[in-house]
Amino acid sequence: MSASLKLSALALGVTARVKDFPKTGTTFVRLREMGLLPGTPITFIRAAPLGDPLEFKLRGYHLTLRREEAEQITIEA
Amino acid sequence: MSQLPSHITGSGKKRPAHADRTPVYALVGNPNCGKSTLFNALTGLKQKVGNYPGVTVEKKIGETYSQHGKPIKIIDLPGAYSLAARSPDEAVTRDVLLGRRSDTPQPDRILCIVDATNLERNLYLVHQILDLGRPVILVVNMMDLAESSGLQLRVDRLEQALGIPVIACEAVNGKGLVELKLAMSRSDLPLARHSWDIPVAVAPAVAELQASLTDNDGRSPLVARAEALLLLTDFDTVRVAGSTPLSARTTDILATWQKHWEGEGTDWAGTLVGSRYAAITKLCVDIVQQTGATGPTTSDKIDAIVVHPLWGWVVFGGVMTLFFLSIFTFAQGPMEWIGDQTASLANWLKATMPEGDLRSLLTDGIIGGVGTIITFLPQILILYFFIGLLENTGYMARAAFIMDRLMSRVGLNGKSFIPLLSSYACAIPGIMATRTIEDPKDRLVTILVAPLMSCSARLPVYLLMIAALLPGTTMPVLTKVGIMLLMYALGTAGAFGFAWLFKRTLLKGRPPMMIMELPPYRLPGIKDVALHMFERAGLFLRKAGTVILGISIVLWFLTTYPKHPDATAAATEQIAYSFAGRAGHAIEPVIKPLGFDWRIGIGLITSFAAREVFVSSMGVIFGAESANDDTTTLRVALQKATWPGGAPVFTTLVCFTLMVYYVFAMQCMSTVAVVKRETNGWKWPLFQIGYMTGTAWLVCFVIYQTGRALGY
Ligand SMILES: Nc1nc2c(ncn2[C@@H]2O[C@H](COP(=O)(O)OP(=O)(O)OP(=O)(O)O)[C@@H](O)[C@H]2O)c(=O)[nH]1
Ligand SMILES: [Mg+2]
Repeated sequence: MSASLKLSALALGVTARVKDFPKTGTTFVRLREMGLLPGTPITFIRAAPLGDPLEFKLRGYHLTLRREEAEQITIEA
Repeated sequence: MSQLPSHITGSGKKRPAHADRTPVYALVGNPNCGKSTLFNALTGLKQKVGNYPGVTVEKKIGETYSQHGKPIKIIDLPGAYSLAARSPDEAVTRDVLLGRRSDTPQPDRILCIVDATNLERNLYLVHQILDLGRPVILVVNMMDLAESSGLQLRVDRLEQALGIPVIACEAVNGKGLVELKLAMSRSDLPLARHSWDIPVAVAPAVAELQASLTDNDGRSPLVARAEALLLLTDFDTVRVAGSTPLSARTTDILATWQKHWEGEGTDWAGTLVGSRYAAITKLCVDIVQQTGATGPTTSDKIDAIVVHPLWGWVVFGGVMTLFFLSIFTFAQGPMEWIGDQTASLANWLKATMPEGDLRSLLTDGIIGGVGTIITFLPQILILYFFIGLLENTGYMARAAFIMDRLMSRVGLNGKSFIPLLSSYACAIPGIMATRTIEDPKDRLVTILVAPLMSCSARLPVYLLMIAALLPGTTMPVLTKVGIMLLMYALGTAGAFGFAWLFKRTLLKGRPPMMIMELPPYRLPGIKDVALHMFERAGLFLRKAGTVILGISIVLWFLTTYPKHPDATAAATEQIAYSFAGRAGHAIEPVIKPLGFDWRIGIGLITSFAAREVFVSSMGVIFGAESANDDTTTLRVALQKATWPGGAPVFTTLVCFTLMVYYVFAMQCMSTVAVVKRETNGWKWPLFQIGYMTGTAWLVCFVIYQTGRALGY
């Protein structure tokens, strides 16, 4: 089995699957509604020029997340 | 005759008055999927279109005609990712759909628009909407983009699976509109095959909430079920209930269940969302196919430069410089042309009309006021052209992405930067755009600081002052650009500074998250940019022809009467003796420490209506003073103005201070009205006038007094 790591630690251009993230909080429910669910493939595209936020690609669209939120999401390769 | 079927009596002929009521369609979909583009194509109206999420923030009703010539009402709505609204714009959509807005007819049928390039996420909202049990037509838009990215969509299969009309469409090119019109004209629309299993864990709760919503909140059974499901994915039940709060019984049931689930460790919201997505994934299996490998798209390549740590800033700076340069170069010719036309009109009037009050009203009042203002039309056009490019290419969302880090320093997020950028054009659309901000406090902070961004109405003031800044010399273009950039920078810095202050004091709160969709770049439709630009130019001219004309006439009257007892008195003495002059003199003590005389004071008072009125007022006042000399331009007239002792009024320092005053002061009635509406009361607009104008006075005091001490 592959080890789980944080979404914020994903390398540039690499795709992984979402494993888990906090269940409550409006932010995370909204992320689910936007299709970020356990098992969804997600690719790290780039960081903003000042290092934060981060840009990801999932389900055919690009989404921004702050590092702080990405740290609470775990992924598996 | 009246026995004929309705499609026969309805075609061509006038419909009988008792015909069944006009069907109302709501246009619903995720942000930026092309709703307004489609709305415009169907209705011929000009809703604003732009390539970033959150362009439309208020409903708009339009009309089109069915295949049989019957009217159909269409409501364009703000985009939403989910019916569990998180921000005021999404709440508009939810409330219209659930029939909670008294000013809007409840839609009978729903036009769901989805973006073909990310069908699954778009179908989530559709899935929620199908719960409402109303006839739905599904429009799969952006088929061109899906095709070019190698996606194959079997629209026919989607139609079979759902059992409702599904129409492939390219709203920008008008493709698919005929088929859509046909579907919309059908008198019978099937209901969707929409059987999905509410997860076992939450099903009893949904049933109980549905019963309570029907019994205690007066909802119809279907709406009650849809709303019960929404309650489970929302953590702010007050907002879900919208204007009418939920009954105590319903709130109790929800709270009891939530506590129960928390105790059990059930992830109720996640389960619910997950089961919707499971249904959607199942639906999409045979429908979407990726053909061919996908390399980096054009959009990715552009972003590699635009969002690059180094090149990004170069692009940003380059665009800004180009913008200001074109204001001082391209605009110069047309501006002089307009100026010449108004001047020759004034001269012609002077030559043909006998001297008297009427001639003075026409030349000094109307041409002096309105004529001065419309010379700035070319610059206003350029400004709107640039903003239109930002909005329609997709750069707007990138700007928010790049600026988020800085915005987080002041306690806001990058999304607040979009309304601020829009405010460079005009604070009113900027303030409307804050509806996309989720957190009410962050939204309020953004509303409070948005008018500090230099808007198009300040442009004439800045340009006039820059022209008058250095007597007798012509300044190099780059110096002008530099001064202009400084003013814009000052306003922007002020907005950031006050946002920081407000977030730390009055409106404390956690820094918000930054969940935002970045749309792919698009070549801006020249039509979209041009339409918007000319529409704004039209508004500007209309304002010149109404508000500014009115104020100029009133001001002419107030500067002409009462007449000075000595009919041969100099124009300056006449104005000093007039009503306006007395008002100016009355406030002179307050503004004298800033280096402003009573005539500038008159301009400050009149421009409370709108900032450009300052320029027209100067035109009326100084135009009258130099009435005998037709060739003086306003600039020269200003430079000739003196204090009683003979010292010039418009020194370099005063011109500069005056520009800074307009950077900060709140001088716009329309903005005040919009802030009042958006914040539901007078408290915040009054606070805004106070803090902005107070800051303007203080900053100008410091600048002027320091400048004086340094010998300027
Ligand atoms: N390539 C392509 N672009 C489209 C199509 N339809 C709309 N667009 C573009 O998509 C962008 C968004 O269009 P809008 O009509 O403003 O979208 P909206 O759904 O009203 O957006 P919000 O009001 O922000 O929710 C614009 O840049 C349009 O030109 C299409 O079929 N193909
Ligand atoms: Mg729209």
